[in-house]
Amino acid sequence: MKPSFDRRDFLKFAGIGGLVFASGLGTRARAAGNDFYFVQLSDCHWGFEGPPNPDAKGTLPKAVAAVNALPEPPDFVVFTGDLTHITEDARERRRRLAEFKDIVSDLKVKDVRFMPGEHDASLDQGKAYRESFGDTHYTFDHKGVHFIVVDNVSDPRALIGDDQLQWLAADLAKQSPDADIVVFTHRPLFDLYPQWDWATRDGAKAIDLLVPHRNVTVFYGHIHQENHRMTDHIAHHSAKSLMFPLPAPGSQPKREPVPWDPAQPYRGLGFRNVEAEVAKNEFEITEFPVQKA
Amino acid sequence: MTPRSLSLVALASVALIAIITTAAHVAAAPPETVIKVVAKRFDYTPGAIQLKKGVPVVIELTTQDVVMGFSAPDFGVRADILPEKVARVRIVPDKTGTFTFVCDIFCGAGHEEMEGTIVVSD
Repeated sequence: MKPSFDRRDFLKFAGIGGLVFASGLGTRARAAGNDFYFVQLSDCHWGFEGPPNPDAKGTLPKAVAAVNALPEPPDFVVFTGDLTHITEDARERRRRLAEFKDIVSDLKVKDVRFMPGEHDASLDQGKAYRESFGDTHYTFDHKGVHFIVVDNVSDPRALIGDDQLQWLAADLAKQSPDADIVVFTHRPLFDLYPQWDWATRDGAKAIDLLVPHRNVTVFYGHIHQENHRMTDHIAHHSAKSLMFPLPAPGSQPKREPVPWDPAQPYRGLGFRNVEAEVAKNEFEITEFPVQKA
Repeated sequence: MTPRSLSLVALASVALIAIITTAAHVAAAPPETVIKVVAKRFDYTPGAIQLKKGVPVVIELTTQDVVMGFSAPDFGVRADILPEKVARVRIVPDKTGTFTFVCDIFCGAGHEEMEGTIVVSD
């Protein structure tokens, strides 16, 4: 299955940073007045230090403050992995996870969902992550939408694994074909650019399980930039990082962070609002910078 | 000699010719080039593999420390490299250029820099 970008799937651009997607949201399960929105933050890499972000310790708190300053509080907040930056010291890993948890506890919204990235979980198969944040894959429901968190990082081979795929199949079997389904995961489920390890080795199996459902949207992280692709009728939206941006897939020989630009600090970093609009049957995605220019 | 005997002799002759032909072909085919690549945290040696378009090679992969991956998506091959074992992938380059191969098993703090190139020329 070849991912594609089909302009017909995108209805319109809605002002600066706003992008409206027609796919992924039906009206079967939800009543009028059930509009809601959530905030996606990703790839905070707490513990990273280096030239790509001279404000490594300040960026996440700034993002938390920016979310708290939104005019309307979101229904919930989700972090799509790489909460912390890789360390091979298990004690330091736990310390970073604890510091991250402490910082994001300042969010006014208390419904906050987490999942690991490979930096959090791949070296100990998610052990330290689970101690702080619980299960690495789970589901929850909100205003008629079924949310599924898929873990494609705790196995260092970037596998979801047969056990989790069976769990996913069993969960989807309980959903009707026209259910509104949102998947949160860290890596792309499709082969975005495996030359840079931007893929999930058995992601196609998860997509095959999702395809029979008409209203599915995937939000993920990992690649530190916006990317919007379709596989069949399923839309996949990647999020920006809160530590450093990465170049567009295959746009240069090496996958190296985009250098920090003192003239435009925090360029390429940010978070997004995702609004589910019942009347229009669509998700509206609006990108926000870490701090206003 | 009966007709049945003649048939058997003819069949045996055909089979013998086929065996000789096959043996000659096998003897004539040059052995495929084997390129040894050693992985360790967080690089491959050699880091650049020189190939000729259309000439098949076998890459033998070993690791000096932890489990590694070898993935060359442009040629549709990958392998797990396990300690104390030899992994093999066969590549028949069908295009020229410089292509990336990467470790696709998260192996440590330098994993994301662990890569190499396959350079294919005419």
